[in-house]
Amino acid sequence: MSHARSLRIDRIACTGQGLCAELLPELISLDEWGYPVIKDQAVPDHLRPHTRRAIAACPRLALHADDGPA
Amino acid sequence: MNPSTPVPSAPHEHTAEPGDATATRLLAGWHATGRPADLTDHLRRHGQPPVATTFGSRTSRPLVETVESAGLTGRGGAGFPTARKLRAVAERRGRAVVVVNAMESEPASRKDQFLLAVAPHLVLDGAVQAATAVGADTVHICLPRTRTAQCRQLSTALDERHRARLDPVRLRLHALPHAYVSSESTALVRWLNGGPARPQGSPPRTHERGVARRPTLIHNAETLAHLALIARYGSDWFRRTGTPDEPGTTLVTVSGAVTTPGVQEVALGTPLATIVDRAGGPTEALRAVLLGGFAGTWLSAEDVCTPLTRRDLAPLGAAPGAGVLIAFPHSACGLSETARLLAYLAAHSAHQCGPCHFGLPAVAEDFTALATGHADPDLLSRLHRRTALLPDRGACRHPDGAARLAASALRAFADDVEQHLTRGACAAARRPARVPVPTAKPPETWR
Repeated sequence: MSHARSLRIDRIACTGQGLCAELLPELISLDEWGYPVIKDQAVPDHLRPHTRRAIAACPRLALHADDGPA
Repeated sequence: MNPSTPVPSAPHEHTAEPGDATATRLLAGWHATGRPADLTDHLRRHGQPPVATTFGSRTSRPLVETVESAGLTGRGGAGFPTARKLRAVAERRGRAVVVVNAMESEPASRKDQFLLAVAPHLVLDGAVQAATAVGADTVHICLPRTRTAQCRQLSTALDERHRARLDPVRLRLHALPHAYVSSESTALVRWLNGGPARPQGSPPRTHERGVARRPTLIHNAETLAHLALIARYGSDWFRRTGTPDEPGTTLVTVSGAVTTPGVQEVALGTPLATIVDRAGGPTEALRAVLLGGFAGTWLSAEDVCTPLTRRDLAPLGAAPGAGVLIAFPHSACGLSETARLLAYLAAHSAHQCGPCHFGLPAVAEDFTALATGHADPDLLSRLHRRTALLPDRGACRHPDGAARLAASALRAFADDVEQHLTRGACAAARRPARVPVPTAKPPETWR
């Protein structure tokens, strides 16, 4: 049984580069200024690889997946 | 009202000793004597502070447990159970630190300034008791540096205690930059650590790693004054007033269209209408009340019979917050006032998080267009969409508060919204403002 993961954005670090929404459109969209809107904090199992990729791609290291349910 | 006024007036009401079950506790000394209590007055009224028992002590009941059964919650706005905070810090390893949050940056609030002016030693007692209970050796007292008179008074109070060798911990006074978000707890920690007084966000949480990376307990000044009385008189005494779920009294700052604006101490559960009556009643027919301050909730006049508790206000989307109540008359335009409040909140964004940095000015501009009758056809849907995207998207709750204000104004003044959209600004929109709002310009410094 793997642990549930929940998405978190470091809002101070985030500068709205938008890569997260590109790589994880299932969970993240962008507002009119390009800042991420989390549609669902809980990361489903089948999106884990995409989530990992989005986290690694953020140039500001602002996207995180924390242990524990959202 | 001028934000730098150190001592606002409070209506003289019934006089009561703190041992009584009446609503006057924190302000009992003030009501009895009509002058600020120095250390001698304070000790004569309340006696020596009890020897605090440390968390985990086996000899007598620890303060944390007494506070827990008293059911005290934070009086700074969030209403978090005080005992849970005490316990979280006490359970951490390493010497803890206590921070007294006396920033009171809410422009419509005066209660902490008033309490510190008339009963400073009650707050300081509470801070020292809390420090002993969580194993802290230092108490940092944070004030805005614009309130020079208050800084001086408190420094005198600290000297009195020092000379009397009253406290087993170090007490240090700090004067911080005065900005709306600088009263946020992580902003205090960041400033005390040498940084700007801007919210930090989490993790790590301040109870884990705060000032000097030590476990840090941050309480609002009023909360600590209640704690000082609980330490002396016990939890049963505390529960003698208020409601079973939300016991005790709370300070409220009443302003707007009332005869005697000022700071009152009321039992939790007191209907809002009673609070307005105790402020001498409304000066004209009320349209609404703004509860909780600039980041609070507009309630229409039909809701003024609601008791002041979290439980009763929650269904209305409101909360007691830091106890700000602004009575708002029929003769004024709620949309214009809200537009000015939002412009102020937008100017006071710390500009750290995109959604707040861009979202707040956008919502404020939309609101101004609505208030002045220059709305385009998409305005209302855009305003709803932008407001809904503010909460939960910042390092602090500043954008959440602005969203609450904006959304509640659209609800409480729904008729006016309709009129402003179809027929342009109402006549009241051109009258002078009723809620005093400081100039909407960004803070000069964060350090």
